[in-house]
Amino acid sequence: MLSGAWPFEAALLLGSGSGELWPVIALTFEVTGMALVISALLGIPVGALIALARFPGRRWAVALIYTGMGLPPVVVGLAVYLLLSRSGPLGDLGWLFTPAAMVVAQTVIAVPLVVGLTMTSIESLDPQLRLQVRALGADRSQEIRALLAESRQGVVAAMVAGFGSIISEVGAAMLVGGNIQGQTRILSTAIVLETRQGEFGLALALGGILLSLTFLVNALLMRLQNRTPWWPGR
Amino acid sequence: MTAPTYELSSVARDYDGRRVLEVAGLSILEGETLAILGPNGAGKSTLLRLLNFLEPPSAGQIAYRGHPVRIPPPLALRREITTVFQHPVMLHRSVWDNVTYGLRLRRTQPAGVHTQLLRQLDLEKLARAPADRLSGGEAQRVALARALAVQPKVLLLDEPSANLDPYSMGLVEGMIQSLRAERRTTQVVVTHNVFQARRLADRVAMLLRGRIIEVAEADRFFEQPSDPRSAAFLRGELVF
Amino acid sequence: MISPTRRALLLAGLMLAVLLSGCGQAEPRVLRLATTTSTQDSGLLEAILPDFESTHNARVDVVAVGSGQAIELGQNGDADVLLVHSRSKEDAFVADGYGLARSDVMYNDFVLVGPPDDPAGIAGSSTAAEALARIAQAQSPFASRGDESGTHTKEKALWQAAGIDPDLSAGWYSSLGQGMGETLQFANEQRAYTLSDRATYLAQRDNLPNLVILVGGNSINENPDPALLNPYGVIPVNPERHEGIQAGLAQEFVDWLTSVQTQETIAASGVDRFGQPLFYPDSEPYRAAHP
Repeated sequence: MLSGAWPFEAALLLGSGSGELWPVIALTFEVTGMALVISALLGIPVGALIALARFPGRRWAVALIYTGMGLPPVVVGLAVYLLLSRSGPLGDLGWLFTPAAMVVAQTVIAVPLVVGLTMTSIESLDPQLRLQVRALGADRSQEIRALLAESRQGVVAAMVAGFGSIISEVGAAMLVGGNIQGQTRILSTAIVLETRQGEFGLALALGGILLSLTFLVNALLMRLQNRTPWWPGR
Repeated sequence: MTAPTYELSSVARDYDGRRVLEVAGLSILEGETLAILGPNGAGKSTLLRLLNFLEPPSAGQIAYRGHPVRIPPPLALRREITTVFQHPVMLHRSVWDNVTYGLRLRRTQPAGVHTQLLRQLDLEKLARAPADRLSGGEAQRVALARALAVQPKVLLLDEPSANLDPYSMGLVEGMIQSLRAERRTTQVVVTHNVFQARRLADRVAMLLRGRIIEVAEADRFFEQPSDPRSAAFLRGELVF
Repeated sequence: MISPTRRALLLAGLMLAVLLSGCGQAEPRVLRLATTTSTQDSGLLEAILPDFESTHNARVDVVAVGSGQAIELGQNGDADVLLVHSRSKEDAFVADGYGLARSDVMYNDFVLVGPPDDPAGIAGSSTAAEALARIAQAQSPFASRGDESGTHTKEKALWQAAGIDPDLSAGWYSSLGQGMGETLQFANEQRAYTLSDRATYLAQRDNLPNLVILVGGNSINENPDPALLNPYGVIPVNPERHEGIQAGLAQEFVDWLTSVQTQETIAASGVDRFGQPLFYPDSEPYRAAHP
């Protein structure tokens, strides 16, 4: 039943060492964490490149990224399912209904966000900055690293957006993961299961745990932003 | 007789099809301090950007220390030249990190000489301060320290003390003077301030509407300019 | 301070190690079972699967979706064995060569549930079709699963038997496209009628205060309408259609599921909670042992 006591239910869940809950939490972190890391390693350099380089078809690339940012996650899930299905082109990988498939789907969902927001935050840097950095003797990669460091707040915001888009995503996770107990059940899909079975109290408790974890991760990401401390006397 | 630091031959720069700079010939000698003087829009900053090889000339050739420079120039060559822009951009880090940025690019460790730089420009107290919260004068001094920290062979300055408080301007000009006395760094100072040019320069190149109309020893230039337009500029006319 | 890039790489490496550490143990064989949400939500699988897993050194990955999607998974070779309740679709599946053969497993029944005040007056109907006709005439709210599941297929067959094509635009008939649990909750909130398998309804009864069984009686013995019978079938997927199908293990599963011992466990399922079994065993071996 719906109860306002969900924090207590949540605490009870965690405390009782419910054999089912901790694996679900752990898997949620593993899958989303992996997807986030891959998205960052892929998306940040690509975003920087598109922001800085001029090449034919650049406008199309930007339009593509903006479209990708608005992709319905469940459509991504369907596409990934068709790719990884045994009757699909990558069926031999055997990734369907395993955490690997969920990582793939979540990465596809998050990458456009990371690319797009990195791109715009570098584009909004002082154009003189690039000249300055080069004038001080930076080579190509040093230049990019300097620009990324200067747009650190925006780049971390890109990560936060990417994270937010996947941590509670449920449609794709269900489709490609199958919500298999002990194997591919993550917090979001577990919440759907409990809701479907009418266990609203439990679902709320799980939702509360999911929210808390999201808050924690975002707090950690904020530390990466390295916000300039206010200097006394100024 | 050492080769001149720069030798420009038939150099020109176009923007959007318009020729904004045309230098038939110019030599900048090793260790000298050359002022490029002229009104706003004359093409002084353009010339500076050709000298630090951030932009290629549209025509002609620039030789650096006796050898023609290919495009794009090798990194090692670019690293011998540093520039202080009119509005320097500070990195979002401390003053010290900004000053030593060039060193980190070149994978060099800071040493005593760099702390001395801070002292000479009165930046010691600000070493730990965030560089993006500085006043105009402080930022300009940081930019100068940053440019000099890598001990460049060539120092280019674009309007180095326009809009500076007198104290900062004094420190900046003092540094330029001491470098001039040592004769180890070639300096090119772009300015529209006649008095500043007079204080700082060994030689003066007068730039008007994209063309060098006169190059002369500073003393002679300010006493007796050959070109009537230079004279007009020195009198305070010919602002355009 | 480690640079952010290096930190990220370290983290990635760690996670990869953790994810991969799951592999390489004494491998239980993995059987992928595609089944319906009703078998999962009723708790049956949770109760009986551990026996199979321990005696056959296997791990059963249960993917619980609607019957329609389960059959689709079977056609694509993404499951090794199906356990569904949609007879016509099951027969087509085997006939088209996707499945090897269909075996009876168990059955339960469907019931029509609705608000206790029964505005359409269906209580006491002798057939479900008759009840549906009354609902259509009264234009009382009706919630359909609308998801090509076994339940939905049965519902469509019943409307057809009543000679009625429910009109979505009229507003009283809602097609949800969702599972049984969600549909029951919708009906509970909206005071609507709906068709449900008895097992799911019983399992969730405590959360559905506004619904009662109106057609179907309190147990399958009291169910007046044979059309409400809900048989389940198990079908191993044809290994010749796709690579990697665990055909041997799937057959072991079928044999185990239809064995008299497992069937008797199924017969006991739910009795202590609901006073009646959620499913009635119906495999061939069982029928032979209990004529």
